[in-house]
Amino acid sequence: MTAPPVTESAVWAAFAEIPDPEIPVVSLVDLGVIRSVDVSDGHVRVEFTPTFLGCPALEAMTRALEEAVSSLGAEPEVEVIADDSWSTDRITAVGREKLRAAGFAPPAPREASAPNLVQLRTAVFRCPYCGSTDTRLENIFGPTPCRSLRYCESCRQPFEQFKTI
Amino acid sequence: MNERLLGLADDELVIGWRDSEWTGIAPVLEEDVAFSSIAQNEIGHARAVYRLLTDDPDALAFDRPLEEYRCAPLAELRLLDWAHTIARRWLYEEADRIRIEALMRDADPAVAGLAAKIDREEAYHRMHAELWHARLRDEPRFREAVRELWPYALGVLPPEQRAELAARVELGEVPAVERGTHTDELAELWEEMTSVRRSAPAGARW
Repeated sequence: MTAPPVTESAVWAAFAEIPDPEIPVVSLVDLGVIRSVDVSDGHVRVEFTPTFLGCPALEAMTRALEEAVSSLGAEPEVEVIADDSWSTDRITAVGREKLRAAGFAPPAPREASAPNLVQLRTAVFRCPYCGSTDTRLENIFGPTPCRSLRYCESCRQPFEQFKTI
Repeated sequence: MNERLLGLADDELVIGWRDSEWTGIAPVLEEDVAFSSIAQNEIGHARAVYRLLTDDPDALAFDRPLEEYRCAPLAELRLLDWAHTIARRWLYEEADRIRIEALMRDADPAVAGLAAKIDREEAYHRMHAELWHARLRDEPRFREAVRELWPYALGVLPPEQRAELAARVELGEVPAVERGTHTDELAELWEEMTSVRRSAPAGARW
């Protein structure tokens, strides 16, 4: 008896269970980093877009995707696409809510031009703890490339802001 | 091998390495975080550009003899004071922006696509440099550091892009310290940077 053929939806469901290695409250599907899944004859081709090029979790994520496909009994082929097709706008609504609940302010929408200081200082960023918009930029950089540090003047809580990319 | 891309990747690898030297010893904790993050991004860019050139980016990054590196001397300098460090970051980001914007218009979609991705990340490095430049621009030590490093900054770019850099940073063109020659400081860096790979048994994996 042979196993039923792997379907595209089964692959997506498996990927939805893979946590981001650095922010495990969100899955790789929530992050929107899986650009496409193509299934044919037990072969699964996945296009995967890194968040930041220097992300140290890149290899771990690629391996996790390969293992998920293998565990469905299919042959994985994961291609890392290093272009500008991923942006923080691709984080799903569910992913944003999970980030906020875990104390990360979700990213602001991407503008046509690359981000600049004026946007970073004047855009409204809401504190994920108390909801106040009275927050200020503390450091453009944070514990990982994808995060900035902000401070809430209302509840006096520092928090992390997902950078817009 | 595309020499211009190799030069870009080598610059990013080496300046990323130099930036990482501030990890743990920057003047303030916020800068410790900033320089560590910038270094990680720059080395990530190097890896992505090496991947356009080869299937084995680690081999290209670490298995070459010193004289085959194409980094600009600006990236190589071992800078031990903050004024010079910030002056280099500011000049480097201004120069880097000009070549990345040119690569975003490259006929090869793989190059143009990667350049667009790099540009989005570098935007945060530019903001960091801009903040420090605004703070230090009237300090004599900083101005002196910029003056010293300016011929090196010109050497990051090919001659046809240098007038644009001079206009952006409001400095006059001077003879550049050209790519292709190396500072003595690169030899020391190369020893350290490649030591783990050279000492590992063949076939070792991480």
